[in-house]
Amino acid sequence: MSKDFTHHTLSFRLNQAIVVASPTPGQRLSDVLREELGARDVKVGCDAGDCGACTILLDGQPVCACLTPAHQVQDRDVDTWSGLYRRDPAAKALADSLKGHGAAQCGICTPGMMVSATALLRERPDPAESEVQDALSGVLCRCTGYRKIIDAVMGVPAVTTGKSHGVGSSIPHVDADEKISGDLSYGDDVAPAGCLEILVIRSPYHRAGFKFGDLKSFAAAQDLTTILTAADVPGRNLFGVIPQFVDQPVFAEGEVRFRGEAVAAIVARPEIIAGLDPESFPVSWRKLPAVKDMQSAQGEGAAEIHEGRVQNVMCGGLVARGDAEAALKRADVLVEGRFRSAFVEHAYIEPEAGFAQVLDGRLEVHACTQAPMMDREALEAILGMDAARIRIVPTGVGGGFGSKLDPTVQPFLAIAALKTGQAVRMRYSRTESMQSSTKRHPSDIRLRIGANRNGKISGISFFGEFDTGAYASWGPTVANRVPVHASGPYSVKDYRAESKGVHTNNPPAGAFRGFGVPQSAIAQESLFDALAEKLGMDALEFRIANALENNVPTVCGQVFEQGVGIRACLTALRSAWKRESAAMAAFNSSNTTLKRGVGVAAGWYGCGNTSLPNPSTIKAGITPDGRVVLHQGAVDIGQGSNTVVSQIFAEALGVLAKQIERVGADTDITPDAGKTSASRQTYVSGNAAKLCGTALRAQVLERINVGPDATLYFEEGAIIAEDASGMHRLNLSGMSVDADGFVMRAEETYDPPTEPLDANGQGAPYAQFGYAAHLAVVEVDTEMGTVKPIRFVAAHDVGQAINPMLVEGQVHGGIAQGLGMALMEEYIPGRTENLHDYLIPTIGDIPPIETLIIEEPDLHGPHGAKGLGEHVLIPTAPALLNAIKAATGVRLTQVPATPARVRAAILKGTQ
Amino acid sequence: MGYFAPDTVTDALRQLADGSAQIVAGGTDVYPARGRAPAAKRYLDVTSIAGFSEISHGPDGTRFGAAVTWSDIVRADLPPVFDGLKAAAKEVGSVQIQNAGTLAGNICNASPAADGMPTLLALDAQVEIASALRGPRHVPLDAFVTDVRQTVLEEDELVIAVCIPALPTGMTAAFEKLGARRYLVISICMTSANVLLDDRGAISEVRVAVGACSPVAQRLHQLERELVGVRPGAVTVTDAHLSPLSPIDDVRGDASYRSDAVRAQIVRAIQRAGTR
Repeated sequence: MSKDFTHHTLSFRLNQAIVVASPTPGQRLSDVLREELGARDVKVGCDAGDCGACTILLDGQPVCACLTPAHQVQDRDVDTWSGLYRRDPAAKALADSLKGHGAAQCGICTPGMMVSATALLRERPDPAESEVQDALSGVLCRCTGYRKIIDAVMGVPAVTTGKSHGVGSSIPHVDADEKISGDLSYGDDVAPAGCLEILVIRSPYHRAGFKFGDLKSFAAAQDLTTILTAADVPGRNLFGVIPQFVDQPVFAEGEVRFRGEAVAAIVARPEIIAGLDPESFPVSWRKLPAVKDMQSAQGEGAAEIHEGRVQNVMCGGLVARGDAEAALKRADVLVEGRFRSAFVEHAYIEPEAGFAQVLDGRLEVHACTQAPMMDREALEAILGMDAARIRIVPTGVGGGFGSKLDPTVQPFLAIAALKTGQAVRMRYSRTESMQSSTKRHPSDIRLRIGANRNGKISGISFFGEFDTGAYASWGPTVANRVPVHASGPYSVKDYRAESKGVHTNNPPAGAFRGFGVPQSAIAQESLFDALAEKLGMDALEFRIANALENNVPTVCGQVFEQGVGIRACLTALRSAWKRESAAMAAFNSSNTTLKRGVGVAAGWYGCGNTSLPNPSTIKAGITPDGRVVLHQGAVDIGQGSNTVVSQIFAEALGVLAKQIERVGADTDITPDAGKTSASRQTYVSGNAAKLCGTALRAQVLERINVGPDATLYFEEGAIIAEDASGMHRLNLSGMSVDADGFVMRAEETYDPPTEPLDANGQGAPYAQFGYAAHLAVVEVDTEMGTVKPIRFVAAHDVGQAINPMLVEGQVHGGIAQGLGMALMEEYIPGRTENLHDYLIPTIGDIPPIETLIIEEPDLHGPHGAKGLGEHVLIPTAPALLNAIKAATGVRLTQVPATPARVRAAILKGTQ
Repeated sequence: MGYFAPDTVTDALRQLADGSAQIVAGGTDVYPARGRAPAAKRYLDVTSIAGFSEISHGPDGTRFGAAVTWSDIVRADLPPVFDGLKAAAKEVGSVQIQNAGTLAGNICNASPAADGMPTLLALDAQVEIASALRGPRHVPLDAFVTDVRQTVLEEDELVIAVCIPALPTGMTAAFEKLGARRYLVISICMTSANVLLDDRGAISEVRVAVGACSPVAQRLHQLERELVGVRPGAVTVTDAHLSPLSPIDDVRGDASYRSDAVRAQIVRAIQRAGTR
């Protein structure tokens, strides 16, 4: 019978139970499932069918709930991941396989991925790799690089390297169950249904003046709860992550500096927000001339985007050692080049989201974040409110990669909750997220490198400009880090590297996995290949010959007596380099259109803040009933700090990681373990965890009066220590309990030893570096210009792998992001503000990756461990560009190397 | 305000005659286009209409109901001349999109990069349209889509089916899509070729259509005429052959790249179709 739903409710089977709902005409099924029916395991990442996070089964077939009209499911079967996981043994087995492979990192794509995989396995219980890729192709993942997901679905054995337990063992993520079940609450999953929502009004222009119309009448006519503008900011209408560069308003005043900048926010009930056309908001714009690139920003007549920042230069960085110019002059061989890169979008699958409420006069903000304590500091200033009255409760984080270090939804939520006195929530739309969140800095790099006839680098001169967009964000960090790293992990006596951060009317560029180093590595590692070629040397052996070593000064004059692992990484690639080079030659001799190439590149990265204090504090205690509680404040954004920090702490205390109860980075109850950035959590928070576990163990041993070798067992209400003399029991029930509920406790802090850099960038910027070298094999369709990566071999010196499986996970994910940056990702404001025009790699784009874990222990790292997160994608892009050169004979100097650019270079090269 | 899901064409047409409505099937274009804007006032859901999900064959050809999805096409038992259409279906977005998105919706959405267009043009598709106010009509596909996001469909009209006339026995087909990543990708350019070879292995009939290189996908009639008698391995494409195309610069590639790549792509499509 024809259905007119105008006056009828909807009824269908949700996870086999009959449910009723009352959607409005055209309402998305995802919305009804999440808000009316409580199925928040259905994630929303784009509302456009581009990411697949909301995948459900409709009559057994996977579809995007965000594209399904709710009314279309009348009398049909809808299954969400949570239902399948709980009901279908095959789905549960699949999830366990995922856990065994460590294939859920942030976990936000997991429900959609698993729903798709369940549908596949029902039809094809033993699928081939290409079938898995076809079936899962509709779900994007930004963390894992997909390879472990493919392995998990195909049921191949999981990583078994390392020990069976403790540090060095590949235990599953300690928080895997809540991720693989779909139970973990992310930024948009915390708020109660029906609470007030916030819709931000943003500039459609790159630069414009603006005036509001009659906001009061508009609010009354539309039944809004309130409208927020700059006038509603109780404290200082500015935020910024670097104290000397706090320059970004919560709401623009008078003029907007980039497309997507906020001018106002509507606060209203959800049904009002749903029916509201943002275009109807009473604001008039006066478009102003905007600068879109660094050259025009520094040109004559360009307006100063920030008063006093002359020629729109924000700041610069310098590292100078020896005399680079003289060295280049006397070099036997000289190469030079100009290299450019685009804005890169973080494209985490979880858009920024959160919830806020005022409780007993205190503000609580629940949001996805990489830096809860920094969020609190920012709100303290924006709200003019004592930090003691602000509580930040991090939710699950569906990917961060640097961009969730900066405040996003938090100021809007806080101001709205305080002004209305009611609970409020918001989730950025994908477009809003892409327009307004920070990006990787576009770069324009000029580099000259000289070498002597014997193949030794004699000098490097580097000048790099970085487009920091309309606001500083982490731009100064990029300007500082780049000159320190632009030599690559090599011994260079005569060196000069200068960087410049330039403001434009583009979105703010900030922190993104590597802070500018991936860009500089493209230039340096490309020219290393050019230099080796000119010298007639093997590209890998050339790098090995110049690799940094223990007791050899870095370009900052820092001398490491131990722990320099780059040579080991490079030599680990030798056999693959020989094998793949021979395979390439064989392939190319029998193919004309398709050509293969092999490329190598290396990288290094200093862990922790550059020459700045960077402490982490870890607290833990034992409860009267014998539980060990770890306050783990190092926010896990998918990279695995929950697991790694737990493993290190557990090892120090002498228990298994799975026995530890974790408390997250709630600012009310957990001490500051610093921000999740700069590849610092394993190293810095890991050290704090080790100190904390050691201190707690010492207390227990002393209390029981046993020696350091005793084995501890935690039982209900007691601790048992076993040593050569037998078992010793400590009853906990009678002991006095502190305010945290602990009978014994420890709290320890670690701060990496660094020294300031002088005017020439000489000093000790980092206590440790991590090292990496990648080999990439590509196949280029020379007629089309398409580049298909065939495989990677990645050698990483991590000092000590705390968890080898998680190391592999980081390597895979970093390579996927490096590959995206190299081949397809280019954010263009106003043009690629969604996930179908802005492309990130899909499950079909990442080839097999072989990870070679190198362990050159570091004196400062916990158990010798070094950071890893950012290191991974540094060599990826240049390795790919070098491989393209080997395949085609042409060198790409601009990323992304899109098919159009590759083909154009081939045509130019063959003219 | 309303959401109507009729099960007869008559009911559907009556709704359209009463005033404009957002027609929705799989929602794969309707929702992305809507973004954060409010919902339409009235929706007409065509997925419950009797016969709309059917694929039928007869002596006159093949008829795809207007709610036939890409997955329906992939699973359907169709002769080899539909291999290009099947290949195009598998390249549409992802499994999720193929399970919901429809062939008819693809042409009504009238994107220059619509994955279905080149193949359907190469198949000489006709669009079957009905209306309560002005009666039925059949419109050739190349006349149905008139410009970017423009079709001849009036507000009271509904696409009922896409019809493919009977095709020569032995004709084979191929589809080539060029994108910057493996899945979920909007084409830089795409080509469909249907080829009928004579008993010496030379082309006796060929249909070539190109998408994403002009506001509306185009058949290359001059090329088709000049390829008669040529072996698939000896195909060359000249500038004149490409004159129906007018590629643009966009984020996926510039015009000169498109012109260059599509030339190679056409050769590949014809060769692949001709070597079955």
